[in-house]
Amino acid sequence: MGVLLALSGVDARYGPVQALRGVSLTVDEGEIVALLGANGAGKTTTLRAVSGTVRRSGTLELAGRPLGRRGPEATARLGVAHVPEGRGTFSELTVWENLRLGAYIRRGSTKDDFARVARYFPWLEERRAQQAGTLSGGEQQMLALARAVMQRPRLLLLDEPSLGLAPLVVAEIFRIVRELNEREGTAVLLVEQNARTSLETASRAYVLEVGAVAFSGTSEELAREDTIRRSYLGY
Amino acid sequence: MRARPSSRWIVPLVLVGIGLFLVIGSLDSALFAQQTVSGLANGGIYASLAVALVLIYRATEVINFAQGAIATFTTYIAWQLIDWGLSYWPAFVATLAIAFVVGFVLELVAIRPVERRGNQLTVVIAAIGLLILVEGAIGWIWGNNIKFMPAPFPSHIYNVGGVAFSRQDLGTIAISIASVLVLWLFFQFTKVGLAMRAAAVRPDAARLVGVRVSWMLSLGWGLAAVLGAVAGMMAAASPSVLLQPSMMDGILIYAFAAAVLGGLESAAGAVVGALLIGVTLNLLASYVSWVTPQLLLPAAFVIMLVVLLVKPSGLFGHARVRKV
Repeated sequence: MGVLLALSGVDARYGPVQALRGVSLTVDEGEIVALLGANGAGKTTTLRAVSGTVRRSGTLELAGRPLGRRGPEATARLGVAHVPEGRGTFSELTVWENLRLGAYIRRGSTKDDFARVARYFPWLEERRAQQAGTLSGGEQQMLALARAVMQRPRLLLLDEPSLGLAPLVVAEIFRIVRELNEREGTAVLLVEQNARTSLETASRAYVLEVGAVAFSGTSEELAREDTIRRSYLGY
Repeated sequence: MRARPSSRWIVPLVLVGIGLFLVIGSLDSALFAQQTVSGLANGGIYASLAVALVLIYRATEVINFAQGAIATFTTYIAWQLIDWGLSYWPAFVATLAIAFVVGFVLELVAIRPVERRGNQLTVVIAAIGLLILVEGAIGWIWGNNIKFMPAPFPSHIYNVGGVAFSRQDLGTIAISIASVLVLWLFFQFTKVGLAMRAAAVRPDAARLVGVRVSWMLSLGWGLAAVLGAVAGMMAAASPSVLLQPSMMDGILIYAFAAAVLGGLESAAGAVVGALLIGVTLNLLASYVSWVTPQLLLPAAFVIMLVVLLVKPSGLFGHARVRKV
């Protein structure tokens, strides 16, 4: 399968603070790739560099097309769905309106999409009139994911989907991510605190350290290397 | 912060009380009924402009002080179209379309460049500059003399149970309410309307789903100018308002007070606030002997001050905890 996302020598900064230093990585079509590393290593910034929500330089390509100077609106139109940390739902709007916004860039009928989303998240149907802000944390995370599914993305950027959620809910979210990947071939770039869950879900992973890639390899390789596991993954 | 359950009912109860007072008063006295209706007509004009203010405030947290001047400008355009021979309603509709373009372009050329590098204060200053500029432009193009705008409704009086209602007042109420209602339907049921709401509440998240937030702001200015044009044309038709460059200055203050009373973030609140202020001021002027028309503008300021002191979030707003 071809390369979907390719980053090469990507730098990013928040004002005077350089958050990424020459990050290079690839995600193949239909692949799940995890980004691991300590807090502040640049995992979230890497996702933000892809979606265009942080100032960055270097080469970024999606299916051969440069992401270059594109802002987040244009990146979304190329088929990138970014579910940011802290859910990124519109809490003032209803569940239904959140889903409609997911389909904002799509043309034509979205009837099929609602049916498709309802297959992954059956409970959304009866909660459609509810204000998103009144959902539980886990439900909001799933709504954010459902909204991303409405976008029919080629690449899903998923930032800390388990943050502050109960283990059962986390398991459910990861089950849906895997199912999405298998059934629809959506590629996923995943940032997750829990290295074990990440490696179980992803086929490959990159370990970031102070804004640069320290190691990379298949999930089995990384889980096998004792030194990496102990010093970077913490289990 | 969440309101305590008992206090949740205070605002609706007070509103129902005021409504009952007005209905009973109107049944009791013909003069009271007439003054209430013409107060509602004034309130309708304030409501259109107040909703325009709310529209822009929700998106950018900026009060557009130029809203009244833009409304006056578009009213002059309507006057010009009629002067050229168009009849009233075609001119009305054409003016709404022109107003949209005017608002859209003004955001693009006057606000967007400032907003990109500045904060809210810079935008407010740009809006005040725009107010002076637009009023100056009106005087330059059309002169500072008073123009006479034909009335959209024939001066017909309906007589209901001994009470005389002017068609002008009823028409003004109907058109103002209808324009706000159409706007509400647009926001609630169209894709672009939804995107505009999303851009207003969470611009960053809206960008991530592909909404071009800066265009939504221009669109908001366009729609606000349309509402302003409705308010301007209704105001110019009223016998107590004269079409001159400063026509909407006072009305902007009433609309601002109405928007503050309603909570600044709520369009429904702005409408209720505007109707309340319209009726209150009209009843004050007709029943309290020492309240002369000169006192009405200060009265609006007093209402605004009291709201800001007692319940800064207004009738319909939510108290917000702001992170600094």
